[in-house]
Amino acid sequence: MEILTSIVVGGLFGSAIYLLLSRTPVKLIIGLVLLSNAINLLIFVAAGLTRGKPPLIPAGALRPVAGVSDPLPQALILTAIVISFGVLAFALVLFRQAFGQEPSTSKPDTESTCT
Amino acid sequence: MIALSVVSGFVLALTAPLLLRLFHHRTGWILALLPIALTVFYAGHVGPVSSGLTFYESHVWVAALGIHFSFLLDGLSLVFSLLIAGIGTLIVIYSGGYLHGTTELGRFYMYILAFMASMLGLVLASNFITLFIFWELTSLTSYLLIGFEHRRASAREAALQALLVTGIGGLVLLAGFLLIGQVAGTLEMAELLTRPQGLGGNSLYVPILILVLVGAFTKSAQTPFHFWLPSAMEGPTPVSAFLHSATMVKAGVYLLLRMTPVLGGTELWQILLTTFGGVTMVLGAAMALFQTDLKRLLAYTTVNGLGMLVFLTGLPSRAGITAALVFLVTHALYKGSLFLTAGVVDHETGTRDIRQLRGLYTQMPLVTVAALLAALSMAGLPPLLGFIAKESIYEATWHLSRWTLAGTAAAVTANMMLFAAAGLFVLRPFFGRSGTADHHDHHPIPISLWLGPLVLAVMGLLGGLLPGLVDGSVISPGVSAVLQTTADIHLSLFHGITPMLGLSALTVILGAALYGLHPKLSRWVARRSGWARFGPAAWYEHGLGAVKHLAEWQTLVLQSGHLHIYILIILLATMGGVGATLILREGLVVDWQPDSVRVYEIIVVILMLVAALVTIRSDSRLSAIVAVGVVGYGMALLFIDFGAPDLAMTQFIIETMTVILFALIIYHLPKYRSICSRAQRVRNALVAVAGGGLMTLLLLIALTVQRGSRLADFFKENSLISAHGRNIVNVIIVDFRGMDTLGEITVLAIAGAGVYTLLKLRLEGRNR
Repeated sequence: MEILTSIVVGGLFGSAIYLLLSRTPVKLIIGLVLLSNAINLLIFVAAGLTRGKPPLIPAGALRPVAGVSDPLPQALILTAIVISFGVLAFALVLFRQAFGQEPSTSKPDTESTCT
Repeated sequence: MIALSVVSGFVLALTAPLLLRLFHHRTGWILALLPIALTVFYAGHVGPVSSGLTFYESHVWVAALGIHFSFLLDGLSLVFSLLIAGIGTLIVIYSGGYLHGTTELGRFYMYILAFMASMLGLVLASNFITLFIFWELTSLTSYLLIGFEHRRASAREAALQALLVTGIGGLVLLAGFLLIGQVAGTLEMAELLTRPQGLGGNSLYVPILILVLVGAFTKSAQTPFHFWLPSAMEGPTPVSAFLHSATMVKAGVYLLLRMTPVLGGTELWQILLTTFGGVTMVLGAAMALFQTDLKRLLAYTTVNGLGMLVFLTGLPSRAGITAALVFLVTHALYKGSLFLTAGVVDHETGTRDIRQLRGLYTQMPLVTVAALLAALSMAGLPPLLGFIAKESIYEATWHLSRWTLAGTAAAVTANMMLFAAAGLFVLRPFFGRSGTADHHDHHPIPISLWLGPLVLAVMGLLGGLLPGLVDGSVISPGVSAVLQTTADIHLSLFHGITPMLGLSALTVILGAALYGLHPKLSRWVARRSGWARFGPAAWYEHGLGAVKHLAEWQTLVLQSGHLHIYILIILLATMGGVGATLILREGLVVDWQPDSVRVYEIIVVILMLVAALVTIRSDSRLSAIVAVGVVGYGMALLFIDFGAPDLAMTQFIIETMTVILFALIIYHLPKYRSICSRAQRVRNALVAVAGGGLMTLLLLIALTVQRGSRLADFFKENSLISAHGRNIVNVIIVDFRGMDTLGEITVLAIAGAGVYTLLKLRLEGRNR
C-alpha cells in the first residue's frame, strides 16, 4: 500500500505543478490546494502506514498498545491542514482583488503570450 | 585602555561636525588634540615594549565563535600606531588650512578621524575577525575620502575603483583568516604568534597563503593590483598623504610582517613576496619617472615603496625585516612630507604640473626646505634617514645566500629611478629659473600648511643624524615582534668602506645619469602611451563592464514579470536541490517490500488520481473545484484507514469549507482561458511529470531509509503520565507543541484579518 500511496503523492505533486505553471489564476489556486494535499500525504506516508490503530491510550492503560500509528506526523499535518486553509482563503481574496477580470498572471503591460 | 584609544577616534569623528560650528577655522587644531594624546599614549609604551613587554587586552564579543574584541600592542603594532597617530596629528592640522572654506569640512574631519581610528584598530587588533572589520572599515573610509569631492565623476570612479579592489581583496582575506582559524583552532593572533611552529607544514598552507597574499597585495597596491593607487589621487591631498602613502596602503605590509611567524619562512612565501614585491618596486619607480602631475609622480613612487617593503619582507633573513622596518618609517616620513608639499604647491599656485612649476623657493621658503629634505631622503643621500634605509636594503640583498645578484640589481635599479624621481620633484619646480608659472599672490603661507611637511622632513633629518633615536626605540622592538625573538639593532650613518657604500655611490651616479637622460626618455615613452590599454587598469574596466552585462542579462532572464516563469524557476531550483541531495546522500536504493492492499484502498487511490487528472484537463472551473474536493475527501478516507481519525475529521471540515469558499468566489475570478501554446504545455507537463516522479522516488527512498519518527516513543510514553491526555495527537498539539499551536492561531488570525481587509477594500472601492 505504501507504494500505491507514494504513486498518489507523485500524481498529486505532478498535477499541482502543472496547474501552478498554467497562467490562469483559478488554476494556480487549485494547484496550491493540490500541492498542500500532496505535501500532507507525503509526510503521512513517510512515517509508515499502519491500518486501524490510532494513537490513543485505552482507558486504564498508561501507554498505547504496541504498533499504533506514529502520532508526531499526524500532529504536524493537523497544523498544516488548517494553515493551508488560511493561506488559501487569503490567496483567493488576494487574487480576486489583483486580477479581477484580467485573464493572466503576467504583468499587465506585456503581451499575453507565454515565454 | 588600548581599546579606548581605538574607539575614541570614532567618538570624536561623530562630534567633529558639531565642533566645527563651535570653533570654525580653529577646529583642526582642536581636533588634533586627540591624535596628539594618542601619540603620547603610544609613545609611553615605547619603554616597556623595547624592554620586551607586550600588552594584550580582550573584551567579550561573540565568545561562542572565538571572536573577541581583543588588541595586542607589541613592537610591530607600536611602530604603526606611532606613525598613524603622529602623522594623523599633522594631517588634521594641515586639513584645516588646505580645505579652508570648503563647505563640507565637517564631513571631511569626520571621515578622516574615523579612518584614523579604523587604521589604529587594524594594526592593534589581535583577533582575526576584529582585524578584518577594521580592515574593511579602512577601505570604506578610504572610499568616502577619495570621493570627497563627489561632484566630480572622476573622483567617484576612482573611489569606487579603490573600494572594489581593496574590498574584494578584503573578502578574500576573510576566507584566508577563517581557514587559519579552522587549521589553528584559534582566531587570536596573540595566541598563534606564541606557537613555536608556523602553519608551513599544514596541508591547507598553500590556499591560506594565497588568500592572505591576495588580501595584502590588493591593499598594498602590488602589481597587478597597483592601478587603483594612482587613481586614488583624485582625493584631497591630505588624504593622499595620510591614507595612500603613509598608512592605509601599508596595511598589507603590516599584515605580511605580522604573519611572518605564522606563514613565513617557507620557500613559497619567499618566492611570491620577492617576485611580486620586486616587480612592483621596479615598475612603480619606472612609471613614476614619466608622470607630469606631482601627485601622480608621488603615487607611483609609493607603489615603488610598497613593492620594496613586500620584497624586503620576503627576504629570508633578519636583515630583510630590519631594512623593511627602517624603510617603513623613512618612507612614511618623507612621502608624507612630499605629499603635503605637493598639496601646498597646488593650493598656492593652482597647478601640480611639473612642466609649468618653476622657482617656487622664493614664494614658499619653508615649504621648499621641507621638500628638499624629504626629496634628499627619498633619493637616499646622507645624512638623511633615507640613506640609512637604503644602506639597510643593500645590506639585506647583498648578504642573500642565493639570487644575490638579482636581488641587488633590482634594489639598485629601483633606487636609482627613485633618485631621479626625487630630482624631478624638487629641482625644477622649486629651483628652476622662475618665470613661467604665474604667482597669483604672495600672501604668507599659513602655519597649518607648512608645519606638517616641515616636521616630517626634519624628523627624517634627525633620524639620519641621530639614528640612536629610532633604532632602539622602535626598530629593534619591531624586528623582535616580527621574528618573535630578541633583536638588538644598531643603525649608523657611516659603516666604513663597505660594498653597500659602493652600491650607494653607484645608485647616485646612475640616478644622476638617468635624470640627465630623462627628457629624451620621456619623449620616447610618450610615443608609446597606447600601451596602457593592455595594462591591469584596462582589465579592471573590462571586468567591471562584464559584471554589468552579466547583471543586466540575468535580471532580464530572472525578472521577466511573468508569474509562471518565477514559479518555474522556483520549482526547477527546488527539484534540482532535492534531487541532487537525494542522489548524493542516499543513492537510488529502494527496498521493494510487497505489502497487503485492500480492494477499497485501490478504489480510493484510483478515484484520487482520476480526480487529480480532472483538475488538469477540465475546461470548467466548477468541475475542477469538485475534483479538488474529491481529492481532499480521498485523503480523509486514507486518514481514517490508517489510524488518524483526528486528521480525517479536520480534513473533512476543511475540504468542505474550501469547496464552499471556491464556490462563493469563483464567479468573481476570470474565466478559464487557455493561453499557453502547445509547446509550453508540453514543457509544463514534462516539469510536472519530473516533479511528481521525484517526489514518489523521494518517498520510497525515505521509507527505505527510516520509518516513523524518532520522537514517537517519547510522546507515546509521556502523553498520559506527564500531560494527562489519552489522545496523543491532541496532547502533542495543545501541550508538547503548545507554542507552535499558538503561532498557528496567530497566522490564521492574520490571514482572517487580511481577508476581511481585502474584501472591505473592494466594497469601499465600489461604493465610491
